[in-house]
Amino acid sequence: MKAALDIASVLAISAGAFFFLAGTVALLRFPDTLSRLHALTKADNLGLGLVVVGLLPRAGGVSAGLKLLCIWLLALLAGATVSQLIARTVQTRDVRS
Amino acid sequence: MIAALNIGVAALVLALALFTIVARESFAACVGFLAYGLLLTLVWVQLQGLDVALIEGAVGGGLTGVLVIGAAVRLRSTQAAADAARLGMPARMLAVLLSGGVAAAMAACVLALPDPAPTLAPQVSASMAATGVANPVTAVLLAFRAMDTLLEAIVLVLALIGVWSLAPDRVWGGRPALGYDVDPDGILAYVARILPPIGIVAGIYIFWAGADHPGGKFQGATILAAMWLLAMRAGLTDAPPVDRKWLRLALVAGPAAFFAIGLAGTVTAGAFLAYPDGYAKVLILAIEWALLPSLALTLFLLMAGAPQRMSAP
Amino acid sequence: MLDFLLAAAAFVLAMVALGLFRILRGPTEADRMMAVQLLGSGGIAGLLLAGSARIPATVDVALTLALLAAFASIAFVMSAAGETER
Repeated sequence: MKAALDIASVLAISAGAFFFLAGTVALLRFPDTLSRLHALTKADNLGLGLVVVGLLPRAGGVSAGLKLLCIWLLALLAGATVSQLIARTVQTRDVRS
Repeated sequence: MIAALNIGVAALVLALALFTIVARESFAACVGFLAYGLLLTLVWVQLQGLDVALIEGAVGGGLTGVLVIGAAVRLRSTQAAADAARLGMPARMLAVLLSGGVAAAMAACVLALPDPAPTLAPQVSASMAATGVANPVTAVLLAFRAMDTLLEAIVLVLALIGVWSLAPDRVWGGRPALGYDVDPDGILAYVARILPPIGIVAGIYIFWAGADHPGGKFQGATILAAMWLLAMRAGLTDAPPVDRKWLRLALVAGPAAFFAIGLAGTVTAGAFLAYPDGYAKVLILAIEWALLPSLALTLFLLMAGAPQRMSAP
Repeated sequence: MLDFLLAAAAFVLAMVALGLFRILRGPTEADRMMAVQLLGSGGIAGLLLAGSARIPATVDVALTLALLAAFASIAFVMSAAGETER
């Protein structure tokens, strides 16, 4: 059982790391501010979620596990809000200039 | 493995510090400084200073972020003047040499410390049982070195008065910050309705956990202040005018209670800020509960800034 | 397992380090703020991976970071648009 959980953790964390890689590549290589923003937000939050899922079996107890989930949901909320706000700022500037 | 991680993080922090110094645009330098502060949080965790890591994350990530980015945006229009006023190369080389010299001297001192370095940690561990708290940092801050914490609380209020003194004369005593035109159905208002309740619970939890685990009043107060700032920036509430009696009373109530407990200590236990036997934990909790609202209010007003408009009487 | 977690933490932090180049290059200020967002979520992931195995209280630090991650960006957006309009 423990070995299976360990393997699941390793898989989830590896997938999360891959998404972080994807997000960073997007941030560095995409041609345009808005496309960079979009890719970064999606990939990063998904990567963090997978990392949290991978760490859940190792959390020490229910409350620690709930805290981990809370962290991911808060990061999701913050990420979604900030990406919208930044996108609007970019759009307003483009419209003005 | 851990060593590799630590070396990587240290190198990254140094690279960011270097970038912050050499960046040409103020905004880029400010963002670099913010990133530097966030990475320092990880450094503190690796050094096992969890209380400091909490403060670095809360203040460096939240408070400093708001202040520095806000300032950077306001200074955009002065970028040309800043560029024109850059020091010449000889002055900058001198600054580099002096800073490098100071850094090298400090590194030499740290590396020259005997191993194990001289420390009071064993005495603290031995005497901690008398204070009733299990977190040694809290024991040091509120029992063994309570004087420093009292002075720090007072200094924060003085800093706030310093910030207020930046207000133009005609709006002295007015409301901090301009009003914000925010769409009440927009996403900022939405997040400002969802996040503060969670933040308040988290802030009080981290404050409460400070007795036995990493945490404490400063970290909790920072989170509470940040949540209030969010609600203000989203237009859900307005900053109070700074000449209101209740506001000024709330600001000094915390340090005043701390001071009063200290004075009581001269009568009951023989020295200023001494705690009578058996009452240490109760008094520590009382001080923390008194300081939390004052501290949150002070930090919020520090972030909100100097008064900028009069409120209708 | 611990070694794997630390390696994953190092990898995520390397990704964050690469992403910070955007602060260097980013033509617009929005690009720079995006890098701070990356640092926020990447930093939380790295912190959880590096710390939670050995020091349980790291989760509290990550919680604080998650709560306050958005504030610098919100300050940027508000200062960029809202205040100047009034």
